[in-house]
Amino acid sequence: MPRINSPAELEEFRQGILSKRDPNKPCITLCSGSACHATGSGDVADSLEKEIEKQGLSGEVDIRRTGCHGYCERGPIIVTHPEEISYFQIQPEDVPEILSETIKKKKVVERLLYTDPGTKEKIVHESEIPFYKHQERLVFGSNGSIDPKSIDDYLAIDGYSALAKALCGMTDEQVLEEVKKSNLRGRGGGGFPAGRKWEGSRNDPEPIKYVIVNADEGDPGAYMDRSLLEGNPHSILEGLTLGAYAIGSHEGYIYVRQEYPLAVENVLLAIKTAEEYGFLGKNILGSGFDFIVKVHQGAGAFVCGESTALMTALEGRVGEPRPKYTRSNIKGLWEKPTVLNNVETWANVPLIINKGADWFRQYGTEGSKGTKIFSLVGKIVNTGLVEVPMGTPLKDIIYKIGGGIPGGRKFKAVQTGGPSGGCIPEELLDLEVGFDELTKAGSMMGSGGMIVLDEDTCMVDVARYFIEFLTDESCGKCVPCREGLRQMLKILTNITEGKGREGDIELLEELSETAKEGALCALGKSAPNPFLSTLRYFRDEYEAHIKDQTCPALSCRDLISFYIDPAKCKACMICARKCPAKAIDGGKSKIHIVDQDKCTKCGTCFEVCPPRFGAVTKISGEPVPSPIPEEERIIKKRKKNE
Amino acid sequence: MDNDRIDQIVDKHQAEASSLIQVMLEIQSENNWLPKEALERVSERLEVPLARILHIATFYKAFSLVPKGRHGIHICVGTACHVRGATRILDTVQELTGIQPGETDLDLKFSLETVNCLGCCALGPVMEIDGKTHGKMTTAETADVINNYE
Repeated sequence: MPRINSPAELEEFRQGILSKRDPNKPCITLCSGSACHATGSGDVADSLEKEIEKQGLSGEVDIRRTGCHGYCERGPIIVTHPEEISYFQIQPEDVPEILSETIKKKKVVERLLYTDPGTKEKIVHESEIPFYKHQERLVFGSNGSIDPKSIDDYLAIDGYSALAKALCGMTDEQVLEEVKKSNLRGRGGGGFPAGRKWEGSRNDPEPIKYVIVNADEGDPGAYMDRSLLEGNPHSILEGLTLGAYAIGSHEGYIYVRQEYPLAVENVLLAIKTAEEYGFLGKNILGSGFDFIVKVHQGAGAFVCGESTALMTALEGRVGEPRPKYTRSNIKGLWEKPTVLNNVETWANVPLIINKGADWFRQYGTEGSKGTKIFSLVGKIVNTGLVEVPMGTPLKDIIYKIGGGIPGGRKFKAVQTGGPSGGCIPEELLDLEVGFDELTKAGSMMGSGGMIVLDEDTCMVDVARYFIEFLTDESCGKCVPCREGLRQMLKILTNITEGKGREGDIELLEELSETAKEGALCALGKSAPNPFLSTLRYFRDEYEAHIKDQTCPALSCRDLISFYIDPAKCKACMICARKCPAKAIDGGKSKIHIVDQDKCTKCGTCFEVCPPRFGAVTKISGEPVPSPIPEEERIIKKRKKNE
Repeated sequence: MDNDRIDQIVDKHQAEASSLIQVMLEIQSENNWLPKEALERVSERLEVPLARILHIATFYKAFSLVPKGRHGIHICVGTACHVRGATRILDTVQELTGIQPGETDLDLKFSLETVNCLGCCALGPVMEIDGKTHGKMTTAETADVINNYE
């Protein structure tokens, strides 16, 4: 392995890699991120290898197993280069055809292409698909073209050039100034300007300083950090090293959840190869700067995403937050100045150093610069990771990129910012995403989770869900969070079970106020947000639950009943056979009836009833109609000729 | 798990007390749970009180102080799965196996856990058994999958 000792050697090495690569040689990239892995990309990779040999293509085509492309809805994804033909939802049996048609004959396999749901047109290139077309993939874009296990792939796309530029051409102060000027704000939730945080640590006289990557991505429904770590680990190492140089730190940590095994594996490998090449370790690129990185695995605690709790966990103790009388950039890990930033924040740094703060500032709004990766999930057609400039209206993200709501349902709200965020209703869909804009609407940016909710989602249940999550994850150190959330959960659960009482809303508001004022860390302080924002925009739903014992979204189990409409039931027996509680009475040609006493409200009958019948319905707030008389239940089959 | 193996893991981390969580994670992943004898050995070697080790073992979700079943069922109850009906999947599994999240049945066949996001939200609701992901679950399919395990 060559050790690279200067920027000139790096450039020479890079040219060496590029000259060995024939841009016209066919190359197949296969998405191998965790999400595609779950849909079977491992089997596709095996099939590719076997089939290449079988068709005599060994040595003539490269396979590159890349990180996440973002379009998880349609995974596993294959893109063939240099033509950039993209195929979606690939199964092992599709592989022979791709090789024999596209690689050998340069023909497109129509049936595997993306079909535009509106125009029914087939689209060949990834960049022309609406999901990708409206994005600006500055940070996330390289994921689809490099193998995260190959440092050469990263070098081929100008990797570590920002590090060379900074270490050998800029002073540490200039690096800091550039980041400050870019107004890069923390992507993990708080949105604190990274440059200012760095400056505080840098100016502290203490000689030992630390830098940390916060990869304890705990928000349910958000996985952009994982995809970056899995798909492009070197970009994060490069950013971290730049930060260390700017503040004068020689030791860094990556705190990553052990629930992300592939991310851990790829990051460890990246550190090892970067050390061999001389991008980490002693005398990096001959500049005299030393820096090492260690990986620490989290053991599963949401609160460890909080900066002080994370540092306590790094010290080998229970990850409880501590009061911030002094900020952690002055007294952090082992009481030393510590800069902690989120994965995505670090990944932005090499871009800023390479292309300049002015380039970065052209993206985004006045207060929020650059782009942001969102994890677009929930009731949305195109689930996946999307990167857009700050300031993009929510509407564009949900409809232009996300493709709207599936199944012809109506949009109700979008939940942003994870468990501490809030819900934004339809009337605010023109809102431009940005740190301050979202906060003003009662939600927050958070780490970028964006969960779309449709008319079938009960907003009281959403609030209850998040409070339950936070109650479970509360570390228990301070009373407003530990006890307050527990009581909030109790009241909210009562409301969803139809046991809500007059005055519950006011009591919840009071508890929220206490948690906001009195909790020790951001987890407790922001915990009431899901309740407060749903109350602000959907108060009528709370009132319907409490006053009328109805769930307008027909979702809360204790407030609904399943009922088979005798006029629509065709007595097909599907629901009766599938009912796990054996609560459906009926037979062939005998209209089915749900026995309300036996029914566990699991919803199986509602799911399996063929849509063309649509006989099973949910009712709430009114009594279930009494069963029709026995003699009327017999369906007389019409003769075919009639 | 014998003391030699535990010593190896401890030595790999230079017997530093700050590596406590990393040491425990390795024992957990190799042994599937943390027996008392193992924790006592770690306590001696790292010179950390057993009370602190138990504090950690009960605080973090990754650790278990009881043996686990042959098959680990993980039901994702992350937000995306929740709004797509994960609760119904969880209810079905609870009914079929007779255990609550965090429990193991008497035959040591299944251990049931809920997780907060498996990161494959496009497939929600998701159930993972022994590392295999079952996506877009319905209650009817859940029963079919569970009944397939011996």
